[in-house]
Amino acid sequence: MTDMTSDTPHVHGTLLQADARTRKRNAAETRFKFYGILAIAVGLLMLAILLFNIVSRGTGAFTQTFVTLDVALLEDKLDKSGNRDIEEMKKVSTFGYAPLLKAAMTDMVEKTGMEGQISAGDMADILSKGAPAQLRDYVLANPDKVGQQVSFNFLASSRVDGYMKGRVSRDSIANDKSISAEQLDFVDKLIAQGILTKKFNLSFITGADASDARPEAAGMGVAMLGSFFMMLVVLVLALPIGVAASIYLEEFAPKNWITDIIEVNISNLAAVPSIVFGILGLAVFINYMHLPTSAPLVGGLVLTLMTLPTIIISTRASLKAVPPSIRDAALGVGASKMQSVFHHVLPLAAPGILTGTIIGLAQALGETAPLLLIGMVGFIASNAPDGIASGLLAPNSAMPAQIYEWAKRADPAFYERAWGGIIILLVFLLAMNTIAVILRRRFERRW
Amino acid sequence: MGVLQDYETRKQETEMSFVKLATSTFAIAAVAAGAAAARDQVQVAGSSTVLPYASIVAEAFGENFDFPTPVVESGGSSAGLKRFCEGVGENTIDVANASRKIKDSEVEACAANGVTDIIEVQIGYDGIVFASDINGNTFEFTPTDWYKALSDKVVVDGEVVANPYTTWDQVNPAFPAQPIQAFVPGTKHGTREVFEEKVILAGCEESGDFEAFKAANGDDKKAAEKACIALRTDGKSVDIDGDYTETLARIESNADGIGVFGLAFYENNTDKLQVATMSGVTPSTESISTGEYPVSRPLFFYVKKAHIGVIPGLKEYAEFFVSDEIAGPDGPLADYGLVADPELAKTQGVVADEVVMGGAS
Repeated sequence: MTDMTSDTPHVHGTLLQADARTRKRNAAETRFKFYGILAIAVGLLMLAILLFNIVSRGTGAFTQTFVTLDVALLEDKLDKSGNRDIEEMKKVSTFGYAPLLKAAMTDMVEKTGMEGQISAGDMADILSKGAPAQLRDYVLANPDKVGQQVSFNFLASSRVDGYMKGRVSRDSIANDKSISAEQLDFVDKLIAQGILTKKFNLSFITGADASDARPEAAGMGVAMLGSFFMMLVVLVLALPIGVAASIYLEEFAPKNWITDIIEVNISNLAAVPSIVFGILGLAVFINYMHLPTSAPLVGGLVLTLMTLPTIIISTRASLKAVPPSIRDAALGVGASKMQSVFHHVLPLAAPGILTGTIIGLAQALGETAPLLLIGMVGFIASNAPDGIASGLLAPNSAMPAQIYEWAKRADPAFYERAWGGIIILLVFLLAMNTIAVILRRRFERRW
Repeated sequence: MGVLQDYETRKQETEMSFVKLATSTFAIAAVAAGAAAARDQVQVAGSSTVLPYASIVAEAFGENFDFPTPVVESGGSSAGLKRFCEGVGENTIDVANASRKIKDSEVEACAANGVTDIIEVQIGYDGIVFASDINGNTFEFTPTDWYKALSDKVVVDGEVVANPYTTWDQVNPAFPAQPIQAFVPGTKHGTREVFEEKVILAGCEESGDFEAFKAANGDDKKAAEKACIALRTDGKSVDIDGDYTETLARIESNADGIGVFGLAFYENNTDKLQVATMSGVTPSTESISTGEYPVSRPLFFYVKKAHIGVIPGLKEYAEFFVSDEIAGPDGPLADYGLVADPELAKTQGVVADEVVMGGAS
C-alpha cells in the first residue's frame, strides 16, 4: 500500500452506495442472522412437536369412562350372620362381591327395558376388575348400608374406556378375547341411556398404581408423594450442606492446591452420570447401612449427592457476584468475617442460592436412572404413606419411575397413562422453574 | 437506615432458617438411624414375566387382607434370585419370582449365605408366541424354520456353513419372500432360554443338523447343542434386552420384523400383532394347557421359609397366590394370560405344609 497516492485514484464510495466489500460483509451478517433465526425456529418446532405429542397422547388419561349402577347390597351375601360385625364381614372377599355386580347389571337392563342378548357375566365384564374392591371398601366403611340399594360410579374396563376414546374399535378387537363386538353393542346402548359416561378422572392425579389387570384404575398420586418425600430429603440435606460448603470455600478457605483440587472435583462431580450415584446408593445406603430398599429416604439421599454439586456451583457463583465493597464496608465498621458473611453477603446472595437450589431440585425430580437400582421401579406405589416416617421409609415409587413402569406394561391403556404422567411431571417442573425465574427477577440485586 | 433495617431482618431470617434446617437435618439423621426397624409388607422381586401376575395378586391381597399391599419389583429372574440368596433378614426379599427353575448353582449360593429352606411354588405356565405386524404376511412356523432362519451355522448339503439365508422363502418355500428380521429376547431374559431350547434346539434336532454338528464336534453332544443355539450375528436376529414393549415398537417401525412375545402381551395387543402358529397349533391358554402348543414354560416363585412368621402376611400371600380363586382356570391370572397349572391342588399342599426344596421339611 505504498502507492496510495498513485494515479489509480482510490475511490471512496459514498455512504449511500455500498462498495463490494461492504456488501459482502452485510450479506454475511444477514446470512448469519438468518441462520440464527433458523436455529431458533428448528428448536421451537421441536418443542412444539414434543408438546403437541405429549398433550395429544396424554390428555386422555385425565378423563375416564364411568358406569353408574345401582347395586343391591344383599345381606345374605355380605353379612350372613346379620350382626354387622366388621371382622366377620371382612371374610367375604372381593370375589364374593362380584355376583352383586352381575345382579345389578341384570336389574339395570330389566329396568331400562334394554334387550340384553349377552350374559350377565359379559355385562359385568365391561366394569373394571377393581369394581368389586370398590364395593367391598364401601360396605366395610358403611356396614349399616347392607340390605339397601346404593348407587355407585364404577370405572369401566380399559377396553371400554379405549372404545370411548377411539383407541379401540370393532376392527381392532377382532382377535381380542377381553372384549367382544356384542359387548361393544351393549356399551353403545348404555351410552344412549346415559349410564356410561366419560368424566374427568381425579383419581389419576390422586390415586395409587394398579396392577396390569386394571390399567383404568392406575393413578399417579402415591408416586407423587414418593417424589415429594424425596425432594424433602434433598432440600433438607443438600441446601445446608451445599451452602455451608460454598461459603467456606468462597469466603474462608485459603487459596492453595488443596482447595483447588476440591474445586475441580466438585465440578467433576456435577458431570458424573446419575446412574453412578444409583450404584453408589445401592452399595452404601442399602447394602452397607441397611436402609430399606425402595424407600424415598434412600432415593432422597442418592439424589442429594447428585444435586449437591449443582447447589455448590450456583451458590459460589452468587456469592462471587456480591461486590467486595460490601464485605469491605462491613469489615470497616468492625464486623467480624463471619458477621460480614452472614449479615451482608449471604442475604444478598440468597436469591441466587434459592434459584440454584430449585433448579437442582427440578433436575432431581425428573431423575429415573438412580432409582432403578435402589428398587423404586415396579409395582410399588400402592400404599399411600400415612405420615412423615412412613413417607420416608415405606416403599414407594417416584413420578418418573412410575412413568417408566407404565410405559413398559402390556396394555396400551398404560401407555396413555404414561403420557398423562409426563404431563403432570412437566407441570411440576414448569412450576419450579417459574418460581426460580420469579425469584431471580424479583429479588436478585445487580451492581 | 431503611436498608440497614432490611439487612437486619434478613439476617435474622437467615439465621432462623439455618437453625430450622439444622434441626431438620438431625431429625432426618435420627429417622435414618432407626430405619432398620420392622418391615410390615412382603417384598417380592424377580422375573418381569411374572411381574404382571404377581402385581395382580399383590393388589387383590392388599384389598382382601389387613396386610399392606406387597411390593413387587422386576429386574429379571436371575437378578431376583441373586437378591433372594443374599441372606436371611428384613433387608432381604421374601419372595423371588422366576420364569425358570432355580439353578443348582443358585441353591448353593443361597446356602452359602444361610438361605437353606426354600419353598418352590409353581404357579402355572406361560406361552411364548411369535407375532408379526397385523398387516403383514401370515406365517405357519415349525421349529425347523426358526432354526434355519436364525442359527449362526446351518448344514447345507452335508457341510456346516455360515447361515446363507436372507429371506423366509429360502428357509421354507411355503413362505413369502420376506426378509428375515427377528427380534428375540436378550440373553438376560428367562424367555431366551426357552426359545433356544424349545424352538432353536428342537428345530436343529428335527432337521437332522444336530447329528451333523455332533459329527463335526467329535461326537460332543454339549458342543453340538451350543453350535445349534448360537444365533447369527449379521443383524438378521436382533437381541432385545428391554421389555416386550420395545419388541413391539421395533415391529411397528419395521413391518418385516417378527418378534418373540409372551402370550399375555400378545393378547393385550391383538390390534397391532398377528400371531403365527407353531407346528400347526395356534397359541392360546387352552392349547398350551393341553400341551399341544410346544413353546411354553412353567413359572415359579420361591419363598424364604425363614421369613414365614417374621414378615407379616408372607404365608398368607403365598397361599392366596395359589388359591383356586386366583390361580385357577377362572381366576384373574388366567384372564390375564397365565395358563393354569392342572396340578394346582398339589402346589397348594406344598405351600400349606411349607414343603422346602430337597425333600427335608
